[in-house]
Amino acid sequence: MAKDILEKPESFYKVFERKSGSNKLTSHYCPGCGHGVIHKLIAEAMDEFGIGNRSVFISPVGCSVFAYYYFDCGNIQAPHGRAPAVATGVKRALPDSIVVSYQGDGDLAGIGGNEILHAANRGENITVFFVNNAIYGMTGSQMAPTTLIGQKTTTTPYGRSVKNEGYPIKVCELLSSLEAPVYLERVAITDAKNVMKARKAIRKGLQNQVEGKGFSLIEILSPCPTGWGVKPVEAKKWVEEVLAKNFQLGVIKDKTAEAVPEVIEQKKFTSEEISKILGASKNGSDFLYDKPDVKTNYQNPRIKISGFGGQGILFLGQLLSQSAMRSGYHTTWLPSYGPEMRGGTANCHVIISNNRIGSPLVTETDVLFAMNLPSLDKFENDVRKDGLILVNSSLINRNVKRNDVEVLYVPATELADEVGNTKATNLVMLGAYAAKSKIFSHDCVLFTANETVKRKEFLKVNEEAFRKGMEYVLNNKQKENKEYDSVIFN
Amino acid sequence: MKLFLKGNEAVISGAILAGCKAYYGYPITPASEIAETAAKYFPLVGGTFLQAESEIGAINMCYGAASTGQRVMTASSGPGLSLKQEGISYAAGSELPIVIVDIMRGGPGLGNIAPEQSDYNQMVKGGGHGNYKLIVLAPNCVQEMCDLAILAFELADKYRNPVAILTDGFIGQMMEPVELPKPVENIPAKNWKVGGDAETKKNLISSIYLDFDELEEHNIKLQTKYMKVEESEVRFEEIHTEDAEIILIGYGIVARILQSVIEEARAEGIKAGLLRPISLFPFPKKKINQLANKAKLFFVCEMSNGQMVDDVRLALNGKKPVKFYGRMGGVVPTTQEILNKLRVLDASLQNEDSFADQLTDSYLKI
Repeated sequence: MAKDILEKPESFYKVFERKSGSNKLTSHYCPGCGHGVIHKLIAEAMDEFGIGNRSVFISPVGCSVFAYYYFDCGNIQAPHGRAPAVATGVKRALPDSIVVSYQGDGDLAGIGGNEILHAANRGENITVFFVNNAIYGMTGSQMAPTTLIGQKTTTTPYGRSVKNEGYPIKVCELLSSLEAPVYLERVAITDAKNVMKARKAIRKGLQNQVEGKGFSLIEILSPCPTGWGVKPVEAKKWVEEVLAKNFQLGVIKDKTAEAVPEVIEQKKFTSEEISKILGASKNGSDFLYDKPDVKTNYQNPRIKISGFGGQGILFLGQLLSQSAMRSGYHTTWLPSYGPEMRGGTANCHVIISNNRIGSPLVTETDVLFAMNLPSLDKFENDVRKDGLILVNSSLINRNVKRNDVEVLYVPATELADEVGNTKATNLVMLGAYAAKSKIFSHDCVLFTANETVKRKEFLKVNEEAFRKGMEYVLNNKQKENKEYDSVIFN
Repeated sequence: MKLFLKGNEAVISGAILAGCKAYYGYPITPASEIAETAAKYFPLVGGTFLQAESEIGAINMCYGAASTGQRVMTASSGPGLSLKQEGISYAAGSELPIVIVDIMRGGPGLGNIAPEQSDYNQMVKGGGHGNYKLIVLAPNCVQEMCDLAILAFELADKYRNPVAILTDGFIGQMMEPVELPKPVENIPAKNWKVGGDAETKKNLISSIYLDFDELEEHNIKLQTKYMKVEESEVRFEEIHTEDAEIILIGYGIVARILQSVIEEARAEGIKAGLLRPISLFPFPKKKINQLANKAKLFFVCEMSNGQMVDDVRLALNGKKPVKFYGRMGGVVPTTQEILNKLRVLDASLQNEDSFADQLTDSYLKI
């Protein structure tokens, strides 16, 4: 007995303490099963590379769910088929670890088809051992994606039919069409010669990972005498004479020679650096612009801004909100998103308040920015009595129908054109509103615009547009006609 | 200095400040800005961002990363969460700290991308198989998206349990001023992790217990943990509950609307107060029961068919009547429509009508 223990590879536990029952020296696998041999070949290769301490072995669902009984390394048991995704999370977190994904045919080629495809396609630097025995062993001999045509299983009692279940999936060939995989080989656990080939392939699969070369998968045709309902000797023979005839043995793809090892740098960041990256310490300390005295009617406005997509509706709202923030107000900005946007109209809700804000939703509106006619049509009636409507009179050729609200007609698009950019219409409107409501200082708005606008070449145009809007209101340059002028400048 | 951020951005700021080093996700409206913000920031702080092949891939990458002791997160919306439930159940069974953000949208099925609160049951009651619970936090503003993200990572590690941040499309999409706290330092070591080194190689991350007694024991251990969470981690906010006759209850965006409702109701002389659960599991059931000593009526509003209201009813166990008002399909109730409903409830209360019989739960505008 002692001799047996000594013959175990170092990367196996000496005693299988996690295994239930009294026998903690032999595996739980059936006589003649391929898993035991494959485990041993892997453990020996781990010994050879001296990677036991830094290896993480991912057990699948299936008979080898208990692989963690045996491997003396970090062990993770993964959901059915998901081992390549779990392995991805492990390897990305621990680039220096050696991550082994051990999977059966149902696990890898059936329920986990997507996970293996994409892990292979990303070229994850992991090693996958794919045990193909053409059957679901643990659940009781049901059909696997690799079950042969005509093969009888408990779910193909009349034999697998191409018409009903399709063809057996050749995983190595399938994955070989991808650019990323470095090494794909199919081996078989049959006679000594084939086992030696399997040993070599398993070793190479791990070596590739140790050297940082990328994704390797070794498909191992393996006997399942219990699942197939035959004696171990017959099972081995069936692998050799039938299974290996359907699944071609040998190297399917090998880019090992030209694979360039990946160098992963892990940099540490200080708290200050992290805060800075997130934008938290831009100016060191917080500062606020003064809140001007605001007429009662203009205090705590609930604002709706509406217009065409492309008129900078959402951005105008953000500038309003951010200027409010920099003046010490509470503020919220809520965009309309989704299907409404796709109709070509956009609107957003802005609330500016001296108090903590409840609902960010603006229904009864204090201030409406109507940037185009459909917006005025849609929202005019939502404005409260004595509320304010800013009308972009360049695009809206009608008067506001209400006579119980204040209206400011601003030829915003024309004024924007005067400064050379139609897109600055929103800034003209903002200038008009700032001048009218005096809710925040002009410096504050300009500071916010500077802070927010990403393309600095627009800063000057924006500032000019803002001033145009402001001056338009301050100079009382209202368009002729509008009977509401008296209301506006009372 | 205050920043002006979307809820979906602030949750990433919070995560990075909490020392989260990896994000695995799949795009879905209205949660996509979370992935986009993560894609922008994680590489800058030496972390990993990976757009997974699927929601299932994403949660299992989190499973792997969390197994190594790394702080890790994912985010999605209803349909994505349905797909993640398998992985969440495994994470709960294996006791892995993962932070999962759900920006709820309209359902069932493809539904729409407007805000709803119909994932309450799948996130709070355990949407996957088995006897497990997530710790569930419900932010109602952008600042809380950041702050509760930090708390979520702390609780996840403290209890070795997945933690969900459950909110809606509005909180995700809206922008508000945010004060970013200082980055969390000294994240406690995890002696249970699989760290790819000699010290931790004895460790196993697994949810399989083949022996019935062992699995029952494991389940009892989990339930004991959840009880501890219920004792220590209940969080809520109260507004004007001291003298309230009617207690309104809502979370997320609805709580914001209810806050406005209460301000207006108080101005009219209606004695209404708000209880806002911040932790949905653990649910503030003791607090609700205690409020029932004074309050005469409870009024629950949700953007769902009435999911949290079940927990309110369980907490009260018939002690006081509970009325429910819900909107679905992405319709966000207005302050006015809830106020109208509240007026009716208050009037019947003042007239000592048998309101419990007269007013039935309603999904529609009054």
